[in-house]
Amino acid sequence: MKVTVNGRAYEKEIEPRLLLSDFLRHELGLTGTHVGCEHGVCGACTILFDGEPVRSCIMLAVQADGHALTTVEGLTPAGGGLHPLQEAFWECHGLQCGFCTPGFLMTLVPFLEANPDPSEEEIRQALSGNLCRCTGYQHIVDAVKLAAERRQASSQ
Amino acid sequence: MKPAPFEYEAPASLEAALDLLARHGGDAKILAGGQSLIPVMNFRLAEPALLIDINRVAELDFLRQDADGTLRIGALTRQRRLERDPLVAAAAPLLHEAVPFIAHPQIRNRGTFGGSLAHADPAAELPALAVALGARLRLRRAGGDRWVDAADFFAGLFTTALEPEEILAEAAIPPAPPRTGWAFLEIARRHGDYAQAGIAARVTLDESGRCREARLVYLSAGDAPVQALGAARLLAGEELSDSVIEAAAEKASRDEIHPPGDVHATPDFKRHLARVLTRRALRRAADRAREAA
Repeated sequence: MKVTVNGRAYEKEIEPRLLLSDFLRHELGLTGTHVGCEHGVCGACTILFDGEPVRSCIMLAVQADGHALTTVEGLTPAGGGLHPLQEAFWECHGLQCGFCTPGFLMTLVPFLEANPDPSEEEIRQALSGNLCRCTGYQHIVDAVKLAAERRQASSQ
Repeated sequence: MKPAPFEYEAPASLEAALDLLARHGGDAKILAGGQSLIPVMNFRLAEPALLIDINRVAELDFLRQDADGTLRIGALTRQRRLERDPLVAAAAPLLHEAVPFIAHPQIRNRGTFGGSLAHADPAAELPALAVALGARLRLRRAGGDRWVDAADFFAGLFTTALEPEEILAEAAIPPAPPRTGWAFLEIARRHGDYAQAGIAARVTLDESGRCREARLVYLSAGDAPVQALGAARLLAGEELSDSVIEAAAEKASRDEIHPPGDVHATPDFKRHLARVLTRRALRRAADRAREAA
């Protein structure tokens, strides 16, 4: 199979039953994508598939043949450092243990692209498919608001 | 939590997929969006010998409207497209209203219209919607096809009218009659969770403003989508007053649905939810029907 991940092209021979999440972690060494429940409930393994968020633990790697993926590693700006949403998570304490964070980021980055000025209710709805056991979500919501405000300010 | 080994085929045409099914039938599983199938394969509750991945079968991925207003939805159409495409909002507003309740965006980006129907989870939204919309479903097999009404398609828990060598290829949703209103409501513990109770309602008024036809279809209310035909009969010919609506809600929730209890809610509690949702849905649908008149 041929796949583009974070802009880089890969070609691999794999078993059909290999899950996309395991492919990213074990075949490509991109361990930023976390594997929690492995049945599509917790959202930790969320990545972008052709630009849209999907759960990589309930897709087969062979299904990515010919497609473009983005993982949390792909959020890093060209010069290094943090993505603005990562920055906001860090400042607002949007994480404690951090296990769920890559999934939240990959869910919320496209959400903010589509909804640059979301209400709190829209934010809570957007992150309803991702489980976090540490934060109680409030600080994650705060981080999304902060990232949205900064984005608005910089575009004005 | 990894699937057992299987053979994998990814045919590029429906004909090739049907040929594979004709040869392998019950040993094969169709992989569409995979949002239910892959989890059960991860749990090894399903261990198909052959997986036929139809994601490359472009002819099953379409959304269009016939000249007579019928909305045609290819089985491989992603749920996300149903949510976003203005054609769905215009031609089937009930469907448009309900799609955001299906799981989460991450799921809807992969999950397909046909896959959800063929999986036939009684807690899922699309089976109940297909029945409420009077959809007809086209089942294809190598060298033949047949059309089945959605109301006859769902046979029970995760069970449909599909034969092992058949694929659900498309749905045809007839245009709603004039003076029709609709509402979809559900209650879940968190947005995107499976609903504890849910209803797809549609009412059509006659020229005098009385109810000509009502459809009440429930999810999470039995082994398959449950149509409350008795409650619909109570509404037919009546002005949709609060007392008439209350009688229908009482009838449907007491006599016609059979919700299973679970760790979060008893059957009685779910009946209560269904009664409240019925009342709200019928009021909203009736208001919309009057606006359309």
